Amino acid sequence: MKVKAQAVQERNPAAKVPKTGADLFVEALQAAGVDTIFGYPGGAVLPIYDALYRAEPQFKHILTRHEQGAIHAAEGYARVSGKPGVVIATSGPGATNLITGIADAMMDSLPLVIFTGQVGRSVIGTDAFQESDVMGITTPITKHNYQVQRQEDMPRIVKEAFYIATTGRPGPVVIDIPKDISGEAYQTAVSSHAIHLPGYQPTTKPNSNQIKKLIQAIEEAKRPVLLTGAGVLHAKAAQEVENFAKHFKLPVASTLLGLGAFPASHPQFLGMGGMHGTYAANRALYECDLLINVGARFDDRLTGNLAHFAPEATIAHIDIDPAEIGKIIPTSIPVVSDAKAAIEALLAEESSATASEDWCNHLQQYKADFPLWYNNPVQDLTPQWVMQAVHKATDGKAIITTDVGQHQMWAAQYYGFDQPNRWVTSGGLGTMGFGFPAAIGAQLACPDSTVISIVGDGGFQMTMQELSVLQERRLPVKVLIVNNQSLGMVRQWQEFFYQERYSESLLNVQPDFIKLADSYSIKGVRLDTQEQLVQQLPSLLQSDEPVVIDCRVLRQENVFPMIAPGKGLHEMIGVSR
Amino acid sequence: MKRVITATVQNRSGVLNRITGLMQKRQFNIDSISVGKTEVEQISRMTFVVEVEDMQKLEQLTKQLHKQIDVLKVADITDHAIVARELALVKVVCPPASRSELQSIIAPFRASAVDISKDSMIVQVTGDSDKIEAFLELVRPYGIKELTRTGVTAFLRGHQPQTADGNTYSLITN
Repeated sequence: MKVKAQAVQERNPAAKVPKTGADLFVEALQAAGVDTIFGYPGGAVLPIYDALYRAEPQFKHILTRHEQGAIHAAEGYARVSGKPGVVIATSGPGATNLITGIADAMMDSLPLVIFTGQVGRSVIGTDAFQESDVMGITTPITKHNYQVQRQEDMPRIVKEAFYIATTGRPGPVVIDIPKDISGEAYQTAVSSHAIHLPGYQPTTKPNSNQIKKLIQAIEEAKRPVLLTGAGVLHAKAAQEVENFAKHFKLPVASTLLGLGAFPASHPQFLGMGGMHGTYAANRALYECDLLINVGARFDDRLTGNLAHFAPEATIAHIDIDPAEIGKIIPTSIPVVSDAKAAIEALLAEESSATASEDWCNHLQQYKADFPLWYNNPVQDLTPQWVMQAVHKATDGKAIITTDVGQHQMWAAQYYGFDQPNRWVTSGGLGTMGFGFPAAIGAQLACPDSTVISIVGDGGFQMTMQELSVLQERRLPVKVLIVNNQSLGMVRQWQEFFYQERYSESLLNVQPDFIKLADSYSIKGVRLDTQEQLVQQLPSLLQSDEPVVIDCRVLRQENVFPMIAPGKGLHEMIGVSR
Repeated sequence: MKRVITATVQNRSGVLNRITGLMQKRQFNIDSISVGKTEVEQISRMTFVVEVEDMQKLEQLTKQLHKQIDVLKVADITDHAIVARELALVKVVCPPASRSELQSIIAPFRASAVDISKDSMIVQVTGDSDKIEAFLELVRPYGIKELTRTGVTAFLRGHQPQTADGNTYSLITN
């Protein structure tokens, strides 16, 4: 057979091609207001990528170097922008490479719409090449999923998917598109664009009786505490929550994912609660007689041993997801609502109650007596000090992304988030390899912000292939490797609970991260001392170019204070030197 | 404790998988499940009998079910006046000599012999689960060769006594 050489030479996006199901897909994306797509092509999505090619330049398509990078980038994009992250991957391995990110987004309630290719309908179920049961695999880790069975359903399904992903409690929605659906010419008329979801009607406005009950509880409480979770951020209610806390003079504790919902520098802020939270926040959660939870889900890393969590408190819980209320802790004042609507309703009651001065002073005393602490040698880099230096160099205004582990906890403890939606971390699933690709998504969503991916040397090696994206797009993401040559949190637990048997947690052999960066034409800098860091960090972080910073921190540093597994909030260790 | 829960759902592919998967993920034990079409096109009705530890777990189950996009309505009808029925088919060892004896057991249960062969008989029995258990107990000495049961399907009765003191909490309102 002769190869028609001319045919491949032409590159004409406007070439006359009959309209296919994939074009319907592209139109549906346009209708949904999508401008950025994170994806990776493959056999089953060839028609979709062809339609995107022909539709250029309507979408900015970010070609990551692994599907996991694409979905974490979409998560970062969604977290800082509040807009849905859009992902495309092919069938089989393309789809299964997304699983970690889908599960991560489900746990942390991030709005994603994920399109996976599927083999043609005629061979589904025959173990065809690159076939996997995406519907079966993703059902337990998505808010909802679809397989498009008829081309004419495409516009409705895409519309519903965006609606489901972004309303109520946000979450990931998967749409599985068989290749014949996307590839075949489109003939029949679209059945209907209208959303039809009779079983999905999220409650967003609070019940006024419960609001009155909560106001009454605040008025009667002697030791009230406000706990802010990520629900505040999803509801864009940070300002309302701040007004609310100030109005009632409520001490505020935050969850890990809620950081930034209330300004860290505000005097009423006690810090993050939980396993590596501050002493003041945990004592407040332990001693309170009224706990007002706004948009947090009582994760086990926050509560510690449930028997000792807020043992004397009346629990009030504001959550848009009714299933979260009473799931972990019996709740006497349930408020099913969007956080913003609930806080506005509470403020509208015009109660003049305020938390007692004794109680506030008592907690302030804890804050003064037991601040976060670390030993800081003269020369060597301690990770906690690095976090504070990053804060100083960025005026606390950067977007910070992390993986999971020690560096995550240090960033959470020491960066001090004063603004909402600047903190991008994998909370529920605790995903290594999340932070760096998430920073790419965050940078695309906020091109003018300083975006710093604080990662461990272990986690970075899980998704560092995405340096290609920085190289290609010249995205000015700053990668700050908190390099302790170990899987720090694993090593810490082995030190405390496994008699220092460091099983497979020491990374004695590492790539040269500077050379690695160099191979992607990215500037790499190694910092070993405080002096070097003070001199170089500000200009590195202000650069318009991507930078990889290999921070050699003390290897044996541990995260304190800490609540050992199974212990209660009142049993913190390492509270002071 | 055993609870009878009904759910009306959109009849879409994967909906049964979604719901049984949810129960597995949240560690609920399903005693039985029955599914079928309803009087409304595209709407199916499911009846589960589940074993739950306490009311908190039960509330969590109904809330999680209700959270599913394809689920329209969930109700725990255990404490209401209900009609709950299941159907069992039992293949009993039955040589010709025992036929009339078995017939005499079948009659009071309003069961029926639906198939007879040289040495066995298939009996169909419908009713609540206790009745079926009682019937099986009586025919067991003859030898049960095979047994299949549909699981319970249930309805609220048309008239509910006004003194209902059951757990009539609502899913959505506070």
